[in-house]
Amino acid sequence: MTEIPLGPGGMSADVEDVELYHPHSWITKYVFAQDAKVIAIQYSLVALGVGLIALVLSWLMRLQLGFPGVFEFIDADRYYQLITMHGMMMVVYVLTALFLGGFGNYLIPLMVGARDMVFPYVNMLSFWVYFLAVLILVASFFAPGGPTGAGWTLYPPQAILAGTPGQEWGIVLMLVSLIVFIIGFTMGGLNYVVTVLQGRARGMTLMRMPLTVWGIFTASVMALLAFPALFVGAVMMLFDKLLGTSFFMPTLYSMGEQLKYGGGSPLLFQHLFWFFGHPEVYIVALPAFGIVSDLISVHARRNIFGYRMMVWAIIAIGALSFVVWAHHMYVSGMNPYFGFFFATTTLIIAIPTAIKVYNWVLTLWRGDIHLRTPMLFALAFIVTFVNGGLTGLFLGNVVVDVPLSDTMFVVAHFHMVMGVAPILVIFGAIYHWYPKVTGRLLDETLGKIHFWITFLGAYAIFFPMHYLGLMGVPRRYHEMLESTTYPASAHQLNIFITIAALIVGAAQFMFVFNLAWSLFRGREADGNPWGAASLEWQTPETPPPHGNWGPHVPVVYRWAYDYNVPGAARDFIPQNEPPPAVVAMQGHSP
Amino acid sequence: MTGALLFFAAVGVVAGWWMSRQRLMAKPWLEQGVIDEAPRTVPLAKIGLGVLLVGLGSLFALSISAYSMRMQFSDWSSLPMPALLWPNTALLLLSSVVLQGAKRAADRWDIQSVKIGLLTAGGSTLAFVVGQFLAWWQLDEAGYVLAGNPANSFFYLITGLHGLHVLGGLVALARTMYRTWLSDDVRAVRLSVELCAIYWHFLLAVWLILFALLTGWAADALELCRQLLS
Repeated sequence: MTEIPLGPGGMSADVEDVELYHPHSWITKYVFAQDAKVIAIQYSLVALGVGLIALVLSWLMRLQLGFPGVFEFIDADRYYQLITMHGMMMVVYVLTALFLGGFGNYLIPLMVGARDMVFPYVNMLSFWVYFLAVLILVASFFAPGGPTGAGWTLYPPQAILAGTPGQEWGIVLMLVSLIVFIIGFTMGGLNYVVTVLQGRARGMTLMRMPLTVWGIFTASVMALLAFPALFVGAVMMLFDKLLGTSFFMPTLYSMGEQLKYGGGSPLLFQHLFWFFGHPEVYIVALPAFGIVSDLISVHARRNIFGYRMMVWAIIAIGALSFVVWAHHMYVSGMNPYFGFFFATTTLIIAIPTAIKVYNWVLTLWRGDIHLRTPMLFALAFIVTFVNGGLTGLFLGNVVVDVPLSDTMFVVAHFHMVMGVAPILVIFGAIYHWYPKVTGRLLDETLGKIHFWITFLGAYAIFFPMHYLGLMGVPRRYHEMLESTTYPASAHQLNIFITIAALIVGAAQFMFVFNLAWSLFRGREADGNPWGAASLEWQTPETPPPHGNWGPHVPVVYRWAYDYNVPGAARDFIPQNEPPPAVVAMQGHSP
Repeated sequence: MTGALLFFAAVGVVAGWWMSRQRLMAKPWLEQGVIDEAPRTVPLAKIGLGVLLVGLGSLFALSISAYSMRMQFSDWSSLPMPALLWPNTALLLLSSVVLQGAKRAADRWDIQSVKIGLLTAGGSTLAFVVGQFLAWWQLDEAGYVLAGNPANSFFYLITGLHGLHVLGGLVALARTMYRTWLSDDVRAVRLSVELCAIYWHFLLAVWLILFALLTGWAADALELCRQLLS
């Protein structure tokens, strides 16, 4: 190994300390908290709550699809409302909020060796604005007409026209909620980016950061650039709805009468929406990539294979994801040359993504693999992501996408690649970092039952959807009528999927039970139960108190992946463990 | 979306330049010991503002892109620019210049000049906002209502978005003024004054681009952008 000479600062563990806000009451400690770790838990709990609501919505959808006509309260309008709210909640209010607001807040300061985020007050505001956005969204369930049923893409003109459920209040509340969410996210995103840029401990160079931080950092930068597209689109649609403008509304006739709109371009909205929408896929995926890299490395006791390439791949994917948005619009009548361009850029993304997959597999190669629950989820992610990614190659090609567009094949694809895969990482990450957050381990038996039901169940749900899609079964239809041409097997498949969805959904409540039960009864964990090398496991106390590091912030001497180093006393070397030369010099210092 | 892509390309170039100085070619698995980086001398708040401005830049770049895409339709009918926009532009320019002056005064520890600068900038910016409202009122009176034509809708939307950001800046400026008068000490507000100056330069730059677009002077530039991708 190369010995890097000590810098002019010598070996002092003291770097310039930040001024911390010290809470004076229960309210400022746990409610209006400025400690990133408390904010992380707040974000995570709210996002998990929203996730459970979205899960119940998906149950209702599946009940309707599996047993059409049995549940009379799920009429076509109600069904549209269910799919819309399920989609938007999961993509924006659960996945984005959990990865960036939850894991970002908890892990960035701890992993880079900071005491807290750089702007704690703004960080606190970020959570409460997010919470307000959630309240506005949930309020639409109780508004006259119910929530919007425009589909999660909210395409105009139908999103704001009569005939679409929730076109009076639901769509307005949805748009306002998104605008508020984006304002809240911007506050959080600023923190995540600037903390990584400026809050790192001494010795923690960018190329020594764990890949989790790289993933969250890149995703935050992308979100700061991409969310404004949704912001502009939402504001313009709100103008169309409330003030009678025609940004997106073409000339329309309804019941023989011309509506007040005219001259707007629905395509303009699609461009804005997908300019946000596609980077959003990677805003969710990049943190998942980073986290899974760390889980695999720790639980296979191997240094991550190709760290440099992993970092470059994260950056490359982030950059490329801004020039692929129109692959969601192949059927919008675009110039074929544009289709060719966007198909090419889409397929190019497969290169850095494949590099990551190869590197994960090569990290596992000849590793000392411990099949604990977090590792099981991490391995399941790789398989699922490859599955979803491969169908992405199908859909990225114009000629294949056109016949498959708006079929259940698309639903299967995006659920595999950006639904199930990131959720598996979230579960793996929660099992992995729960001991750091609470000081206790989650129950392993319950965890493994949860894993197998979720993993196999997710395949039982989404694999058959590919076949349904290939048969031409359309998405967003609330039932396949008897008069249609679909064979009986398609109906049977729908019943099978519904039963699988009910079981998988129920297993998630077992996970919630595990979270609560283990908090009090879980096996007590020491500060570093997995023997991990990254900095968050080296805190003097577990759970880490406000300020994280006690009197001295750590100094970093190595990267985060020193596992099974030949000659080392243990099978891991913490990032803050000085090399022998430094220890010898410390011994001689006065 | 060419306008937005150009903006993102510029951000990408700056980010790429910065990344190229971050030892991305390092082999961390071979390195042990402390690696000292260049001292971080730029204040956190300044970097935070810089990151925020990139996000806001994206917001305006995307608005401009939407405007540019929509104006190609045949029913686009540009609205006459109220003459009032000229003095408004001058007022915003004045605020920006004066705040830069206040920043320089803060560097000289001249609290009196800082106070005068902040007051003048606050006054002229407030006048800018009132002026923009008057311009809206004039257009509305002349029959160019919000929903009349897409050109009108975009004019109100984009000037409104810009105006909201000016108002946000005024809140920050008011806080800076409050602290200046309270402490009477340059040290307490020097950074805030500089941040205000940077934000105002950004607001001015965005406004100048918007003004050129809305009056049609930048039509050739827009056409050039469109042809880049076709």
